Amino acid sequence: MDQDLFLTWVRSTGLNIALSIFVLGMLWRTFEIYTLGRKPDLAAPRRRAGASGLHTMLRRSIPESSVFKRSPISYVGGYIFHIGLFIVVLLFAQHIKLIQSITGLSWPSLPAQFIDFAAVVTLAAMLLVLVDRISKPVKRFLSTFQDYAAWVLTFLPVLTGYLATKHLLLPYTTMLALHILCAELLLIFLPFTKLIHVFTLWASRWYNGDTNSKKGVAV
Amino acid sequence: MNEHDTLGERLAQQGISRRAFLKFCAAIASMMALPPGAATAIAETLVKTTRPSAIWLSFQECTGCTESLTRSDTPTLENMIFNMISLDYHETLQAASGYGAEKSREDAMKKFYGKYLLLVDGSIPLRDGGVYSTVAGRTNLDVLQEVAKGAAAIIAVGTCSSFGGIPEAKPNPTGAVPVSDIIKDKPIINVSGCPPIPVVITGVLAHYLTFGKLPALDDLGRPKSFYGESIHDRCYRRPFYDQGKFAKTFDDEGARNGWCLFELGCKGPITHNACATTKWNGGTSFPIESGHGCLGCSEPHFWDGGSFYAPLSTPTSPLNLATEAVVAGAAVGAAVTIANRMKKNTAKSEHQTATVADLEK
Repeated sequence: MDQDLFLTWVRSTGLNIALSIFVLGMLWRTFEIYTLGRKPDLAAPRRRAGASGLHTMLRRSIPESSVFKRSPISYVGGYIFHIGLFIVVLLFAQHIKLIQSITGLSWPSLPAQFIDFAAVVTLAAMLLVLVDRISKPVKRFLSTFQDYAAWVLTFLPVLTGYLATKHLLLPYTTMLALHILCAELLLIFLPFTKLIHVFTLWASRWYNGDTNSKKGVAV
Repeated sequence: MNEHDTLGERLAQQGISRRAFLKFCAAIASMMALPPGAATAIAETLVKTTRPSAIWLSFQECTGCTESLTRSDTPTLENMIFNMISLDYHETLQAASGYGAEKSREDAMKKFYGKYLLLVDGSIPLRDGGVYSTVAGRTNLDVLQEVAKGAAAIIAVGTCSSFGGIPEAKPNPTGAVPVSDIIKDKPIINVSGCPPIPVVITGVLAHYLTFGKLPALDDLGRPKSFYGESIHDRCYRRPFYDQGKFAKTFDDEGARNGWCLFELGCKGPITHNACATTKWNGGTSFPIESGHGCLGCSEPHFWDGGSFYAPLSTPTSPLNLATEAVVAGAAVGAAVTIANRMKKNTAKSEHQTATVADLEK
């Protein structure tokens, strides 16, 4: 298969396969989550100020000072690469065009140079958190195969995307096809790994906060 | 007039001045990215060169390549092609027809065996014994194999002969293949494009005649000096791409301001050709300059790469999400739910209450 056929494949069959598996996985996980079978809470809610789903969504996004001091790299690096990913994935004109072609939704984009900058910062921050994970004995002990797999699945689309736009390592067409392929792999594995937090993060924080607020606990 | 006199004599006969010729050589040298001194070398060599015999074979093609080469209003660099070579066989351009035409080809092949250049436009059908395209009762495959045997080098003119082109597009009913799929033992240079830029052919010929070998080629057999960079990298609208300024339709404000045509399906980023630098129609413009995105016509399989108007970052065809996936997703979800519930119920039924006394045992 030459590079043009490869690119056409990832833009057609590959994308269809990846999105089909993604939809399958998301439906599966959504069903699973919604049918966990929590018992209805019959107790009268003990609401108090500062305790609600929204409060928890905000509060858990701000690091506790003692925890921050113990592991600043996780927080700073983590925040930087998440914001970077948000910019690179959702504010690059080409990506917006893709989302528009699938969903019909579109919004303004940022200049390519800014996206380049965000991509470099994202890659650097991701490498930093990886080194931190490997070099700290406790973090290394707690890390599983899935943690590393999730890192690779996230890192590769950003790396290949950057290499493609900068014409590094491989011809643009091949690198672009690889970039799309990596993004498709990410889509395929996203519902089945911890990467599903892309969709569940805010819902679960709200749920925890809401449940706790009914018990009158601000967390 | 001797058909195979030197190029210098030929130019003199046509009243082309030495100055005009030197200008031509300088242009060719710079376009081929050769060192400055090369222009003189080209001029000196070309003047003394006996014009080689060239046989042009047309297979499954639309004659667009020939049209592109010959249809210029004023004498241009492209016309030099016909001064540099002695075109002994070209079905569209020759006066002879029938047996006479075939004889002129056979004569040239005999007389210049091992020395003539073979130019091919059009792809070669292989299915059903190659019956889908025949000339004088012979299949294209048959003629190509015969003529290629005595050729010094083969120039595949256009995307069809270089990569299969439109005849090779899905479902490829004739089993069309490019020249390089059939001929393996001759130097082949692919001058792709639909049609290719005339000056690229002139440049390749000048290079071949001057240095006696083909120029440096890329991995698809195309001369690097013309196909080394993408349309996108040489596009004058590139700054708009970088700034994120895109025309959304062909007649919106962005289009009128000359913004980037990426969102209208421009394939410039994956297309390697010299359109953005050499331009067309005597340097007038090239497709993007006329307000239309690049189709990617100099790349293999460009016809099957999805809509010309779909941006490169979007699906080539409407998404075809497998309904099975949706059904399967729901089914697996339901199955997992049942399994989870059963697990929970089992745990509940097996639950044993412990008293403080039990714990203190």
